[in-house]
Amino acid sequence: MNKTLLIFRHEFLHTIKRIGFIILTLALPVLALLAIGVFHIVSGITKPPAEVTRIGYVDEVGGFDQFTTQGSITLVRFDTPEVATQALIKKDITEYFVIPPDFISTGIIKRNIMQKEATPPPATETAIKNFLTSNLLAGKVPVATIARIEAPLNLVTTTLTGAGNVATEQGGLGNLIIPGVFGFLLALALIFSSIYVIQALGEEKENRLMEILLSSVSTRQLMTGKVLGIGLAGLAQVAVWVVSIPLLLGLASSSIGGFISTIRIPANFLVLGVTYFFLGYLLFAVLSAGVAAISATVREAQGLAGIFTIFAMAPFWFFSLILLFPNSPIWVVFSIFPFSAPVLVMLRLGMTGVPAWQLAASIAVLVLCIVGGLVLAAKLLRTYLLMYGKRPKLAEIIRNLRRG
Amino acid sequence: MPAVEVNHIVKSYADKAVVNDLAFSVNQGEIFGLIGPNGAGKTTTIRMLMDIIKPDSGDVTILGEKLSEASKSKLGYMPEERGLYRKLSVIDSIIYLASLKGMDRHSAEKKADELLNQTGMLANKRKKIEELSKGMGQIIQFIVTIIHDPKLVILDEPFGGLDPVNTELLKRMFLDLRNQGKAVILSTHQMNQVEELCDRILMINNGNSVLYGNLTEIKSRYRSHSVILDFEGKLAQIQGVTLKRTHKGYVELILDGNTTPKQVLERLVSTGIVINRFEVTTPSLNEIFLEVVGKNHE
Repeated sequence: MNKTLLIFRHEFLHTIKRIGFIILTLALPVLALLAIGVFHIVSGITKPPAEVTRIGYVDEVGGFDQFTTQGSITLVRFDTPEVATQALIKKDITEYFVIPPDFISTGIIKRNIMQKEATPPPATETAIKNFLTSNLLAGKVPVATIARIEAPLNLVTTTLTGAGNVATEQGGLGNLIIPGVFGFLLALALIFSSIYVIQALGEEKENRLMEILLSSVSTRQLMTGKVLGIGLAGLAQVAVWVVSIPLLLGLASSSIGGFISTIRIPANFLVLGVTYFFLGYLLFAVLSAGVAAISATVREAQGLAGIFTIFAMAPFWFFSLILLFPNSPIWVVFSIFPFSAPVLVMLRLGMTGVPAWQLAASIAVLVLCIVGGLVLAAKLLRTYLLMYGKRPKLAEIIRNLRRG
Repeated sequence: MPAVEVNHIVKSYADKAVVNDLAFSVNQGEIFGLIGPNGAGKTTTIRMLMDIIKPDSGDVTILGEKLSEASKSKLGYMPEERGLYRKLSVIDSIIYLASLKGMDRHSAEKKADELLNQTGMLANKRKKIEELSKGMGQIIQFIVTIIHDPKLVILDEPFGGLDPVNTELLKRMFLDLRNQGKAVILSTHQMNQVEELCDRILMINNGNSVLYGNLTEIKSRYRSHSVILDFEGKLAQIQGVTLKRTHKGYVELILDGNTTPKQVLERLVSTGIVINRFEVTTPSLNEIFLEVVGKNHE
């Protein structure tokens, strides 16, 4: 078998057997399955009781005696707070509230409960609010108007294409979830793959196994086999996520529904996800190889690689700003900047339509940087792979690179 | 055809010549000692032999041809500081590194079993490298070096960290390699091992060749003008002897530049003393090493 292929196979098998790699690969599907399972268990245990919830109230203003059924909540009138308290102690009611005489001017409602809580349950709050509104407006406006006042807005947004037609992708939070999660995993995959390349080369350099390998293969064969072997392992990891996302989404959507059913995978997302992983990985891997060559220890190499791997995670620091202004010129520049492009483009795909020219420019810059990185890394490997001890200074590296 | 032919190689780093116009050859079926102090240029020379780094000028031929990726399989190399994949098992490590030398999995495993058995390591075949002692790891490294039946074996400090039993085991295996007609280059600081094993040597210092040739010839070249004498009777003044040093059980006679040991022996016999031992003093390789390197340091 070709020696490059032997190294490729060795690195691939070595990487996919790592505990860290297995955990990261299975994290997404396992956690998602777990979340679906937990949802079913929790929703099964805490199913809303069939009987109607009874909430007491004391009307010190007068006139709040209609609309006492609000969904599954029944409002029970008491004459005084003392009587209501006795009913609460006897558990005839779950809680009660008092409408004080100055309610109209202050809006204050005094609520009494038996169990501590962080905030009032939304259903209870809505029921009380609607009860008060309905009674205040009763007889003054039509019933339909009361309903509109209680729920004034049901915003339905439609995104149109340049030709004025309804766009295939309609955006929304549901569209953001998958690229966001995938972008985060992509950042982790890029960082971990870089670490694997550094560890693979760094350990061999540190324990002098490198000399034995180079007595059998060339630097080119070694680097190609390693980068592609670890890259394939990373690609397999991304493939597991890419395949599991639609399956898990289908499962979650059918069994949970609600917001989950609004989650959509943007068009071209899967193709672009794999493309950006592949290009991002190659760039990070060749530079990691160069860093490993000039570093004396694996730890030192990992520290140095942080200079470029930090850009993989950086888009998440500015997530809220990207969400608010997804087409800001700053994000356009960083979508073309090769170190941040893979993850940032993924995030922006979920928030806005990334124009084709930006995608083309970012992919072109990535490809150019990979080619340049390959040439640079090959020179560094040839020059420094068998040099031990102190890390060379930048000026020395530049001088040696110029000499070729 | 020599196993190695080195023609005036030069290698410089940052304008400093690490190897300076080195020329030597290594024959098939011999153990060749590459010796020199730390920083003499031995490792750089070895790396140029293995085509890991290129000389600035000069050339190297291995078995009559320039080393290529394909012909690297004819080489076996054991570096000074040894390392293997700590998490891999012994057999997987051997098979992977043997496969990079062109062996298929089946033959590599068969040969590995044979060598593990020969070195008493077969019981450790499935153990992870990190579970082995340093000496055991070294034996595995030696197996990796020779498993693919190389024509040229380069060993950098092979005895470091080995116990006497394993040292003897390796020595026997080196001699076996020589007897099989393979060329063995032994780079070491242990001069007693060089004296015991090597047929010829190259001593380098500061990148330059300072001694090169047959070990016996070199030692005779550095023979001091003195003889050791164990005798009975009264030792008279002998013509040609400039100094007499008395040691426990023998005397050392220092000769002048014009007198040979043979002439002194004849003169001693004529004095009528009983001679129990008469030996021409030859310096150890260690003494020669110190003398040559010392001169260059001055």
